[in-house]
Amino acid sequence: MVTVNITVNGKPVSGEVESRTLLVQFLRDNLRLTGTHVGCDTSQCGACVVHVDGKSIKSCTLLAVQADGAEVTTIEGVANGSELHPMQQAFMDNHGLQCGFCTPGMVMTALDIVNRNGNNLDEATVRKELEGNICRCTGYHNIVKSVQAGAKNMGSS
Amino acid sequence: MNEQGIGASVRRKEDQRFLIGKGNYTDDINVAGQTHAVFVRSPHAHAEIKGIDTSAAMAASGVVAVLTGEDLAADGIGPLICGVTVTSDDGEPHRAPAHPALAQGKVNYVGDHVAVVIAESKSEARDAAELVDVDYSVLPVVTGTRSAADPGQQQIHEVAPGNVCFNWPFGDKDGVEAAFAAAHKVSKLDLVNNRMVTNPMEPRAALGEYNTGTDEITLHVTTQNPHVHRLVLSAFNQLAPEHKLRVVGPDVGGGFGAKIFVYAEELVVGWACRKVNRPVKWNADRTEAFLADAHGRDHVSTAEMAMDGNGKFLAMRVHTKANLGAYLSTFGTMVPSYLYAFLLAGQYATPLIYSEVKAVFTNTAPVDASRGAGRPEATYLVERLVDICASDMGLDPAEIRRRNFIPVDAFPYQTPVVQCYDSGDYPAALDKAMELADYDGFESRAAEARARGKLRGIGFSSYVEACGIAPSAAVGQLGAGVGLWESAQVRFNPTGNVQVFTGTHSHGQGHETTFAQLVNDQLGVPIENIEVIHGDTAKTQFGMGTYGSRSLAVGGVAISRACDKLIAKGKKIAAHALEAAEGDIEFADGSFSVAGTDKAMSIGEVAFNAYVPHSYPEGVEPGFDENAFFDPTNFSFPAGTHICEIEVDPETGVVEIVKYSAVDDFGRLINPMIVEGQVHGGIAHGVGQALLEGCSYDSEGQLITASYMDYAMPRADNLPSFDVDYAPTNPPDNPLGVKGCGEAGAIGAPPAVINAISNALGVKHIDMPATPENVWRAAQQATAASA
Repeated sequence: MVTVNITVNGKPVSGEVESRTLLVQFLRDNLRLTGTHVGCDTSQCGACVVHVDGKSIKSCTLLAVQADGAEVTTIEGVANGSELHPMQQAFMDNHGLQCGFCTPGMVMTALDIVNRNGNNLDEATVRKELEGNICRCTGYHNIVKSVQAGAKNMGSS
Repeated sequence: MNEQGIGASVRRKEDQRFLIGKGNYTDDINVAGQTHAVFVRSPHAHAEIKGIDTSAAMAASGVVAVLTGEDLAADGIGPLICGVTVTSDDGEPHRAPAHPALAQGKVNYVGDHVAVVIAESKSEARDAAELVDVDYSVLPVVTGTRSAADPGQQQIHEVAPGNVCFNWPFGDKDGVEAAFAAAHKVSKLDLVNNRMVTNPMEPRAALGEYNTGTDEITLHVTTQNPHVHRLVLSAFNQLAPEHKLRVVGPDVGGGFGAKIFVYAEELVVGWACRKVNRPVKWNADRTEAFLADAHGRDHVSTAEMAMDGNGKFLAMRVHTKANLGAYLSTFGTMVPSYLYAFLLAGQYATPLIYSEVKAVFTNTAPVDASRGAGRPEATYLVERLVDICASDMGLDPAEIRRRNFIPVDAFPYQTPVVQCYDSGDYPAALDKAMELADYDGFESRAAEARARGKLRGIGFSSYVEACGIAPSAAVGQLGAGVGLWESAQVRFNPTGNVQVFTGTHSHGQGHETTFAQLVNDQLGVPIENIEVIHGDTAKTQFGMGTYGSRSLAVGGVAISRACDKLIAKGKKIAAHALEAAEGDIEFADGSFSVAGTDKAMSIGEVAFNAYVPHSYPEGVEPGFDENAFFDPTNFSFPAGTHICEIEVDPETGVVEIVKYSAVDDFGRLINPMIVEGQVHGGIAHGVGQALLEGCSYDSEGQLITASYMDYAMPRADNLPSFDVDYAPTNPPDNPLGVKGCGEAGAIGAPPAVINAISNALGVKHIDMPATPENVWRAAQQATAASA
């Protein structure tokens, strides 16, 4: 077992993990932060996206020990209590979610898209940037609208 | 319109928890003392099991138990069942091989369940599963839908000679043959409906807990129909009596049919938690989902249409081979029979239809319902054939449809294939879709594309489906083992807020919002004060679950009927309180009033009086809580026209959907925002089938598309935004005037896309999935043929 020290959603945490433990397992099983989901195990679906040191990462593809010393933000760290972040609000306003399973990963990816591409996003850019996140419910139509609207709202808030 | 009632695009009540990571999916639930299950699965498609040595696994770190089919049989746990009987042409019921939840001496597909390892942690269970030593004697393998029943093929099950489950002829064979003999023209098409893996984003999972104090099992499971799970697990698998089994489908991350069925893993988890007397948790990884979720589609068909000199359809003849996989899944027999052949009329007044369906066993995963279930297969066949007919007759695809549509004044319309469509206006949807798609401008857009070296095509799909499943008497006659009514309970609490219990299950459809709107519209209670509760057999009285776009059309009516009962009772209570005659009490906007006066009381006050009945009408029971069951008198028949416009790059074979226009008739919409989302998702599912998704086994029965690296799911950059509109008609057979919308896109889209590609390439047909390679080859052949 190995000890890891990670700052998760602003709070320092430590835990004993096997060296093979994935970051997503550490988040879900050790910390019981179950908002981050596992949808595919092969880094395709993006349900497990979190931010590590400010960048989006598929947490099923990073060992927990690799995140030692890092700052991790999960979906649980995005809203201010029950007050939604503008990106989360945009998903609600534009019906950008149905079953909700891919949603945490979509929101975390969306925030990263805005970080890298700014607040004025055209549809083609959003669709290309969402390539690593799979949704089976929405046909992406409303997710694309949500990301565009959320980006805009983040710029004006 | 009331701003929260019927017709309002209210934001969804369920979104808050999903958006902040507080959803409660099965794998998110953890209980004290839980163990973890990992299944040992067959690496062979077809083999005898000579022996299983579990000793090394038992000795491994953290292992609690290793259980096999022998243990299961010793405990009297019954095999998995198929709930719908189809009578074969020899007059016998379909052949039903035993389907043990853990193999009994033989495995029949890669991924078949051989043993389960239960350990303190998932990684220990996984490690130990590697140590289970199974001695297999490999047998020859059958995988092909087309060839499975050919002479000389390996026999998979003794009870099914020739690997045939059923051979099911349906319709007026002689009449059809006579019509073909006299026809002006016969159009014919061979086509494959490609096998899909349904792929809800949440993999299946189960958590079983046994309470020694109450002798009760609680099973949390990824299900679309918890009461059906409880019924089957109790009545047929002897897991526990119904009153000692609680099944909970908490938040479920998509279903699309794949979570209707009672699967081996769920039964084993429920059984094992009592056996080891510890909670047992299982969660599929994605490859397990590919291997062992029930798959969808997988038909090989020949379709023929006889026409007169004006392109009027005289008769249709269909021969289909349907692959049911290695065993029968819960509703496997129903999909290629009743849900398929009864929709072969489509939107057309074809007077004579004959079909023969041969359902076969293969060494592949079981096949069952997947978004649309039988209806996409029927629609794809009909709508592709209609385009061939148009081409053969030199008619525009819109024109041949128009000439053959069931006329608006012919409803209710009795088709020659059982279904009686209650309402529809097919020309209206076609007209509106053509306008939305700017069909008149297509030729100039195609010319502009040609100038850029691209091939543009446009394709129609005019579909109809049978939803609102289903009248119990009708499905009973057909061989279903259950009734398909729905139940609801609407309960006021003394403080005036409302709990609505439904037997349907929401796993993305937004029932918590739509049903609250329905209740708001009827009872005038703000939706913030209405909680819709579903998915728990301990909370909801009963229910048949969610599939076949039935939740609103059947379950919604049950809710509405319970509201009616509350209003009727409320009138008695209000009459007493307002000192008026019951007949003078009117109810509107949440208020009971005495007609012609300003005397009134709110429904909340009535509820309070009902629970605090200090001054109360004689003979009226206290309490304000009503339930209702609703059994529909007919299916509902959503319909519409979808038009897809695509551009092909002939150099690469890449297809881009440049415009997708959908005009649907769902009857009355409760929440248009949610309905539109359902349409979008359905279209994407259908486009996935048409362009990307193809489940593939090799000749040894190995699944070669067993992850998202090999199986192409539609992604954001494969799809356009969609243009969606409606051409509603009022269905007289549904009390709410609703038809259902969850499957329409998946049914309508595949033929629209393939018709567009065929149109662009100038070829008669291209099979799905129209991958760049397949399209490139077809383009090359078309060029060579025209040179």
